[in-house]
Amino acid sequence: MRRRTVLIAGYGMAGARLAEEIRRRDPRGDRLAVVAAGREPHLPYNRVLLSAVLAGAMSPASVRLQDEAWAAGHGVDLRRGRDVVAVDRDRREALLDDGTTVAYDVLVLATGARAWVPPVEGLLADDGAPAPGVETFRTLDDCARIEAAARDGAEVAVLGGGLLGLEAARGLAGRGVPVTVVHPVAHLMERQLDRGAGDVLARTLRGLGVRVRLNARAVRYLPGDGLKLDDGLVPADLVVVSAGVRPETGLAEAAGLEVDRGVVVDDELRTSDPAIRAIGDCARHPGTVSGLVQPAWEQAAALAGLLLGEATPYRGTSVVTRLKASGVDLAALGDVHTAPDDPDTEVLCLTDAARGRYAKLVVRDERVAGAIALGLPDAAAAITRFYDGGIPVPADRLALLLGRALPDGAAGGGGADPATLPASSVVCRCNSVSKERLVAAWRAGAADVPALATATRATTGCGTCRDTVAGVARWLAAQPATAR
Amino acid sequence: MRTAPLPVVAASAARDPRPDRSIDVPTDSHCPYCALQCGMSLSPAGRTSVRVRPRDFPTNGGGLCQKGWTSAALLGSPARLTTPLVRSGGVLRPASWDEALGLVAGRLREIVDERGPDAVALFGGGGLTNEKAYLLGKFARVAVGTSQVDYNGRFCMSSAAAAANRAFGLDRGLPFPVTDLDGADVVLLAGANPAETMPPFLSHLRRAAEAGGLIVVDPRRTPTAERAALHLAPAPGTDLALALGILHAAVADGHLDRDYVRDRTAGFDDAWRLAAAWWPERAERVTGVAAADQRRAAALLAGASGAYVLTGRGVEQHATGVDTAGAWINLALALGLPGRPGSGWGCLTGQGNGQGGREHGQKADQLPGYRRIDDPAARAHVARVWGVHPDALPGPGRSAYELLDALGTPGGPSALLVFGSNPVVSAPHARRVADRLAALDLLVVADIVLSETALAADVVLPVTQWAEEDGTLTNLEGRVLLRRRALPPPAGARTDLEVLHGLAVRLGQPPERFPADPEAVFAELRAASAGGPADYSGVTYDRLRAGEALHWPVPAEDHPGTPRLFLDRFAHPDGLARFAAVDHTGPAEPPDAEFPLHAVTGRVLQHYQSGAQTRRVEELRAAVPEGYVEAHPDTAGRAGLADGALAAVTSRRGKVVVRVRCVDSLPADVVFLPFHFPGDQRANLLTNPALDPVSRMPEFKVCAVRLSPAREARS
Repeated sequence: MRRRTVLIAGYGMAGARLAEEIRRRDPRGDRLAVVAAGREPHLPYNRVLLSAVLAGAMSPASVRLQDEAWAAGHGVDLRRGRDVVAVDRDRREALLDDGTTVAYDVLVLATGARAWVPPVEGLLADDGAPAPGVETFRTLDDCARIEAAARDGAEVAVLGGGLLGLEAARGLAGRGVPVTVVHPVAHLMERQLDRGAGDVLARTLRGLGVRVRLNARAVRYLPGDGLKLDDGLVPADLVVVSAGVRPETGLAEAAGLEVDRGVVVDDELRTSDPAIRAIGDCARHPGTVSGLVQPAWEQAAALAGLLLGEATPYRGTSVVTRLKASGVDLAALGDVHTAPDDPDTEVLCLTDAARGRYAKLVVRDERVAGAIALGLPDAAAAITRFYDGGIPVPADRLALLLGRALPDGAAGGGGADPATLPASSVVCRCNSVSKERLVAAWRAGAADVPALATATRATTGCGTCRDTVAGVARWLAAQPATAR
Repeated sequence: MRTAPLPVVAASAARDPRPDRSIDVPTDSHCPYCALQCGMSLSPAGRTSVRVRPRDFPTNGGGLCQKGWTSAALLGSPARLTTPLVRSGGVLRPASWDEALGLVAGRLREIVDERGPDAVALFGGGGLTNEKAYLLGKFARVAVGTSQVDYNGRFCMSSAAAAANRAFGLDRGLPFPVTDLDGADVVLLAGANPAETMPPFLSHLRRAAEAGGLIVVDPRRTPTAERAALHLAPAPGTDLALALGILHAAVADGHLDRDYVRDRTAGFDDAWRLAAAWWPERAERVTGVAAADQRRAAALLAGASGAYVLTGRGVEQHATGVDTAGAWINLALALGLPGRPGSGWGCLTGQGNGQGGREHGQKADQLPGYRRIDDPAARAHVARVWGVHPDALPGPGRSAYELLDALGTPGGPSALLVFGSNPVVSAPHARRVADRLAALDLLVVADIVLSETALAADVVLPVTQWAEEDGTLTNLEGRVLLRRRALPPPAGARTDLEVLHGLAVRLGQPPERFPADPEAVFAELRAASAGGPADYSGVTYDRLRAGEALHWPVPAEDHPGTPRLFLDRFAHPDGLARFAAVDHTGPAEPPDAEFPLHAVTGRVLQHYQSGAQTRRVEELRAAVPEGYVEAHPDTAGRAGLADGALAAVTSRRGKVVVRVRCVDSLPADVVFLPFHFPGDQRANLLTNPALDPVSRMPEFKVCAVRLSPAREARS
């Protein structure tokens, strides 16, 4: 078979992953030649970890996805700092911004998304870039500029109380930066959380030093003063805009592909031109939430397989939202907005605002249909496992809601009361010695632990039952003679 | 076609009437079962058995588990084989030794003449002494000339061994004495359940457990996990993702030991780039282990004054076993634990001589002294000791499962000799293995009892057991131990060394090349191992009799041994340890609509491996008489089953019929089966023979099954 050429437009989390997934399946490049063009001058990096960089937990170097040598060492012709600017679909040829052209058999759009800046007066300069004192939070360079400003003691307003905005705010607050989240809706993360959870989350964040302004409509950015709201002013030297992203679809539109809030793709990640595929934030697959890494990586894996003859299509990704913010444990998944009185659904809900805990479990047809777990890390893990596996929920729903599916200290140990211990219960597991055997040995004259050990071998294995055996001996000694 | 009806064995366990040199005084010995090799004292109890008492030895501190206490029951057991058996007319009938050995040697000659030496295969075991393992490997390469020799340790230690070799340049299960663990305040056990598999070992974890520093990684809430301050329960087959998540947490939370990583290791950057994609929340999604618990594990290990990471079969017996063990080693390296006093990484060896058994040449790719069979210098050295030309030594052969899988096939061996192993029960995809054994022209089994594999044999050779012979073993900490004869063997049984000697001579070898005296074999082993990674040349029976604690390497008779490895440098030529660039791929057979549950296999306290020994000890049999399947009550209920009901557990490869035990703490999508039981209770009828690409370890620990009611028809 002829060796085909795949051109990847965009070398971020989706594009770089695709290159890796292709080389995992075709290590020597026998079947696919890979050319990739990425706009950013940096080596590809893990955008998910930018909030960790902002929080000071990680260095920019440690979030790199590939090192200098990876592309060359794996037969990937990487054009760093280069952008695909035009596509000639008839000739299957792409034009880069350095004037070179690349002929392709398959073009993969992995152009990602760009930060969206809401139409608030003063946020954008005349050239359309963020005004001085305004940063978006999307790239490693954004991150470096925010960090530099924060180091200089800037007061920060974060515009947007979604996932990424909250992670940024929490990270900055953790470094001692005075930070205020300005959110236009009545509760935080309204896409993923119901009102109750949003309220508890706001309370938790306030406890961690993040100021939160809800229902706050920003009307103007005043350099030097801050963000003017319709009912006041949030003082800020720096405004970090985290109000969502827009898919980067310019290239696709110019090429005449079907675009509808993203480049429209099918289960084989094909656009309206079968020679062009799209993955990651720029793509729109029915039933898949974009803007997250999980779908992007799953699409990269699926597409690599499809390009190399595997027949497994991409069926969408079920998303679990996890907030990565120190001191806040939040998971949200599925349908969380169902009200407790919904007749076709079981809804369990618990609020413990004072301790920062909120849990909601939505059960339909014996399966988890949605859930929120805030301040309940065990519940987040357990519920996710039931959700992802499509496992029927336990008969005891409350245990799952609380993440307490496991009984604590179910057996063994030294704490058992010898009086109430059932006669048949095994005290020494290593030697299968039950309480009744200890009692029999005691009655036959073995009155202390060494004697009981000699008579029954209890305590001679791992030794952990020693306290229980001693307790049984004491309990027997304390019995009236007739009851022994 | 062999049908294997039960033979009539008309021999009582009559003993050799000669007085034994140690018959009247207690003999210091070690337990016949696991790698902890608990010290025990054997005193005479009549002519046919001994009385067992625990002995204060560093590994067990005077403790024994039920298996150890009852280990003498097999010595005088009526289940003992005391006469060779030869199949004729479809039935195994008693035969003389001369007849049996003559028959085997004659058939081997014919098969070799007809199809070449690789038509003969040998299968050893991790319970064999160092002397037996050594002589078995030599017998294969010299007396038969076959490359086809491997052993059941492939199913046990091979993944940890390969990972340790890759990371440190050397594989010794615990590169420190087990008593070093006594001082640890944090110990992470990944895929190990020593509370059941080696109970006295738990005494070494007492300090960590009491300090709230015991971390146990296991999908099940085992007796070991119940004692842990932190139990991490990953979905089966996701241990690698969990290790990556904890490594990520360690780095993100500032616990990376940068100086150590720079000075003593190589490869961190490549390993980190893969671990960087496993932030704890993502690892949580795959493993089901709370991100917060991953961070807590990292913080506990990093904050300890002495921390250890120990792995067991739970994380190693996977088709990604080497990488998974490597991921846990990575974590230990990132925290700066290995090669420093008071901290480290180790693996808990399973079988009694699982360590020595992998060092002395019964493994398909190895020669004695842990040498590689494809290394010309190693071949030249060993050939010189053996008095043969290096070119006469065969090359590497098939690994254990591949060997069993090839039996009786056109390109595979048509004769198999089995020593110290019961693959009909213990190998994965057991039905396939039984079919392959049935397709052989000749199956010879040397064992103490009529195991399930022996039942299928053409010739069964009755051999002696632990208290009836001398021999050395190397325990889980690399310490060489002498197990001494405490009573004479029953008349009619011979030692494995005598069997190999008898066969070698009948195959035309000079008698002195295959000594039957253990000390003479050991002297040869010393010379063969000299200069190798596992150098025993300075170990002598006299030093062991004098009670010296000798951990290998012991390169000279005046060398004190090496209790702690790697303190100055690791064993790679540059002295640096290697991070492994590993990523999670998941179980080879994920659950689906047809087989929706993960089956995990493992051991129970009362039984050992295939159960050939322990099922014949009445006290152990009474405690756990048969196989079973553990399931969550909800899972059992949905399958129409209740506690105690008879269930069918079915995988793509086979079906097991056992009773249900409902266990509240099991995850809803996991069932557990012990693998010690025969017939249609064999858990290995279900298991997946997907092999690790490096170690050739099968994926015992997870396969996809379904659970359904079975008819109550068993007698």
